[in-house]
Amino acid sequence: MADQIIETKEIKLTAKDFATDQDVRWCPGCGDYSILAQVQRSFPDLVGIKKENIVWISGIGCSSRFPYYMNTYGFHSIHGRAPAIATGVKVSRPELSVWVAAGDGDLLSIGGNHFIHACRKNVDLKVLLFNNRIYGLTKGQYSPTSEKGKITKTSPYGSVDYPFNPAALALGSNATFVARSLDRDTKHLQEMIRRAAAHKGLAFLEIFQNCSIFNDGAFDILTDKKTKDDNVLVLEHGKPMLFGANKDKGIIMDGAKPKAVEIGEGKHRIEDVLVHDEFDESPLLATLLAHMTDDPSMPTPIGVFRQVTKSTYDGDVEEQITSVTSKKGEGDLEKVLFTGSTWEVN
Amino acid sequence: MKVGKEVLELSDVTVRFAGDSGDGMQLTGTQFTNTTALVGNDLSTLPDYPAEIRAPVGTTYGVSGFQLHFSSSDIQTPGDSPDILVAMNPAALKVNVKDLKHNAAIIININSFDARNLKLAGYDTNPLEDGSLEGYNVVQVPLSQQTSKALEDSGLSAKEISRCKNFFALGMMYWLYSRPIEPTLKWIKDKFKDTPLLAAANEKALLAGYYFGENTELFTTRYQVEPAKLPKGIYRNISGNEALAIGFVTASVKSGLPLFLGSYPITPASDILHELSKHKNFGVRTFQAEDEIAAITSAIGAAFSGALAITTTSGPGVALKTEAIGLAVMTELPLIIIDVQRGGPSTGLPTKTEQSDLQQAINGRNGEAPVVVIAACTPADCFNMALEAARLATKYMVPVLYLSDGYIANGSEPWKIPEPDSIPGIEVKFRTEKEGFAPYMRDENLARPWAIPGTAGLEHRIGGLEKSNVSGNVSYDPENHEFMVRLRAQKVKNIENDIPELEVTGDIDADVLVIGWGGTYGSITEAVSRARRNGGRVAQAHFKYLNPFPKNTGEVLNKYKHIICAELNMGQLAKFLKSEYLVDIDSFTKIQGLPFKSSEIEKKIETVIGGYSK
Repeated sequence: MADQIIETKEIKLTAKDFATDQDVRWCPGCGDYSILAQVQRSFPDLVGIKKENIVWISGIGCSSRFPYYMNTYGFHSIHGRAPAIATGVKVSRPELSVWVAAGDGDLLSIGGNHFIHACRKNVDLKVLLFNNRIYGLTKGQYSPTSEKGKITKTSPYGSVDYPFNPAALALGSNATFVARSLDRDTKHLQEMIRRAAAHKGLAFLEIFQNCSIFNDGAFDILTDKKTKDDNVLVLEHGKPMLFGANKDKGIIMDGAKPKAVEIGEGKHRIEDVLVHDEFDESPLLATLLAHMTDDPSMPTPIGVFRQVTKSTYDGDVEEQITSVTSKKGEGDLEKVLFTGSTWEVN
Repeated sequence: MKVGKEVLELSDVTVRFAGDSGDGMQLTGTQFTNTTALVGNDLSTLPDYPAEIRAPVGTTYGVSGFQLHFSSSDIQTPGDSPDILVAMNPAALKVNVKDLKHNAAIIININSFDARNLKLAGYDTNPLEDGSLEGYNVVQVPLSQQTSKALEDSGLSAKEISRCKNFFALGMMYWLYSRPIEPTLKWIKDKFKDTPLLAAANEKALLAGYYFGENTELFTTRYQVEPAKLPKGIYRNISGNEALAIGFVTASVKSGLPLFLGSYPITPASDILHELSKHKNFGVRTFQAEDEIAAITSAIGAAFSGALAITTTSGPGVALKTEAIGLAVMTELPLIIIDVQRGGPSTGLPTKTEQSDLQQAINGRNGEAPVVVIAACTPADCFNMALEAARLATKYMVPVLYLSDGYIANGSEPWKIPEPDSIPGIEVKFRTEKEGFAPYMRDENLARPWAIPGTAGLEHRIGGLEKSNVSGNVSYDPENHEFMVRLRAQKVKNIENDIPELEVTGDIDADVLVIGWGGTYGSITEAVSRARRNGGRVAQAHFKYLNPFPKNTGEVLNKYKHIICAELNMGQLAKFLKSEYLVDIDSFTKIQGLPFKSSEIEKKIETVIGGYSK
């Protein structure tokens, strides 16, 4: 069905081809602008994916307006349900490239169940979490990623909720690709988007995103020139985990715990520093890295935490249809209708 | 057959098998049903089982029953009161005896009537001795003992042997009602092909029961029910859930759309998911979702992508799907929501039938959110209405809420199988033309185009926010909102021109009209025909389209002086009709988790017409 209507074309698209005629209606200074721009800039490079085969699904929230601004197929649905709708799209049409744009409230609070199950099943979806650690569209209540003690409209004396660590949650739910980036690190974000697109299976990309109205500056320490080098650890496969302006700090293992240390003479040796292996079959080290964000004495890692290959849910569904059909033959309506014990009345 | 046993011709019989939920009563009933179907009787069944899978043995709440009505003529219901009960233990007797006809036969497994089982069933005195069964024809069969004796050399444990006693009972009933045993023998061979010991034992128990009937002095009479004169054709016995499932497979073939089912297991709808999971070679994709909401939203995603998308559930599931149904209304996608109703509210009575979701189906959403609501009226009709749901959903780009209920879903009847070629096609066209395309442009039916992902040049966005007509752009404009609300309502309303008119049967010019909807069709039809046989003048009309109502509904209702509306709820259809057509309706209801008995409705008719003239 789909094969007949998909044209092949070789014209190289540009970022502009992915923009719609709709006015973008986010607040000035919102991190969503940058995410949109980086997506539009990186999409022309997605190899072998035609524009008409791309579908963006979102739920409810500021970031969920995203599909309106992407000139692809799009569906702005209801709160929290984007991963489930996307699963329906992908399972019924595995040839499509299906993307989810979601905020922290949408994906981790009301939609938490759909998110963990999409991860568990390894549905071939690309899930972008716009994590601003606040409810923006409802005007500033704490979210499931807000830090404990946060003062908001619904927590005037400080929130008593412990937050989720989204990357750790995704790893714990067996997502096969888990990465993190920053709205203001445009080059890194573009690279992460391309990496997510290239992954076969559920790709989860957490993007720290500034909400200029209700949680302004939440990630300044990670994006400000003066502080970012000492507070951001850029994970790269096969490279030692070094950070700091002069790359003179590193992560070593202290028993079963990662620890930030100084590297150099009389200090720790570079050989002791952990080397990142994003293809590690075990999610343990990746999980420890993800949790470093919760520890103020540790830098926050960005990059790909883990990437493993596993058959996908939609692929397995397809494969089962093919194998059952080859065994039983194409469905024959007559056989189904006249099955079991029948009798004739003359 | 032993000489001297009388063979008595009967026109119809209602049989009920009852025992512990672990006694295999559903299996016994199903086997008896299938054999009876093969003999050519018309039939109707009523399985009745507890929500607990294995309630404590011997207690009344663990009793599982299966009722079957079979006849030499056309019948509509599983029978009001059984002519014969097979009670495997005291609890089964206690639960079922009140439903029997006055002179009914009761076959009792006498070996289970010991002090312990009597106490578990809550009997203070033994009903076999205290005279409470006077008026019934009680036949005490040493069923357990006879089964053990027949299987003493089987190599099975005492427990395994005890499990075979339902086949002994079945064999005995086959003899009593002159049914062939071969179909069940064949079934045993297939079913237990990997466990030859069990196959041999069940076969032996079945034969032992059959010969017991022939040789025992307990039965002096044997019964015969001639085949029914049904219309020519090839038949099979089918339950509502099965018919619904293969109805959608057929709709998929006839429309050329791949079938997608998003579903979360729930009683009494799960059998549809089970059945559709088998049909992978038709390209059927079944997605067992993490919850009811994912079940429907995945189906919405599939509908957006060009599948024939359905979601199956029961009342509590519809409650959870409510917001998503609204999304399908707003995005104008063809989506079919199947509600196999059960007793509510909340968890309610999971295994019992009710029709109390009509209001939820028609109005149960935020905002003005009209959907098409249809209902199947018999097990076999579930097939037809599946095709109808698919036709309406795709033609009008609208969600269709399809109501079934536990009674017709689990009940079965003979179904005249249609020739595949005789089933009309369902024409579906995806939009491919770029020129002039807009996502919310309208055709003559007010339907918007179905432009699916993968179609170059038709990239567009849809969503739950209000939108401008034609362009589909988000719009908060006051006039536009009112326009769109009315447009969506009009689109559904227009469907009245595309569905059959309400048909009146019986005495069309009578003063009294009996109406109902969905699964009560059999009971009402039977009641009306009995009333008419007894000299009453009554008309009948049955609703299968609940939103919109058939075009002539007002005209029909206004013709009658007295309208009785029989429903298994507190009068939900009556309320809708009263407010829509300003007619007086005599609401006749029952909310016991049980179907109507025809006699109950007939009595109501008799009261209304003031007794029969004959």
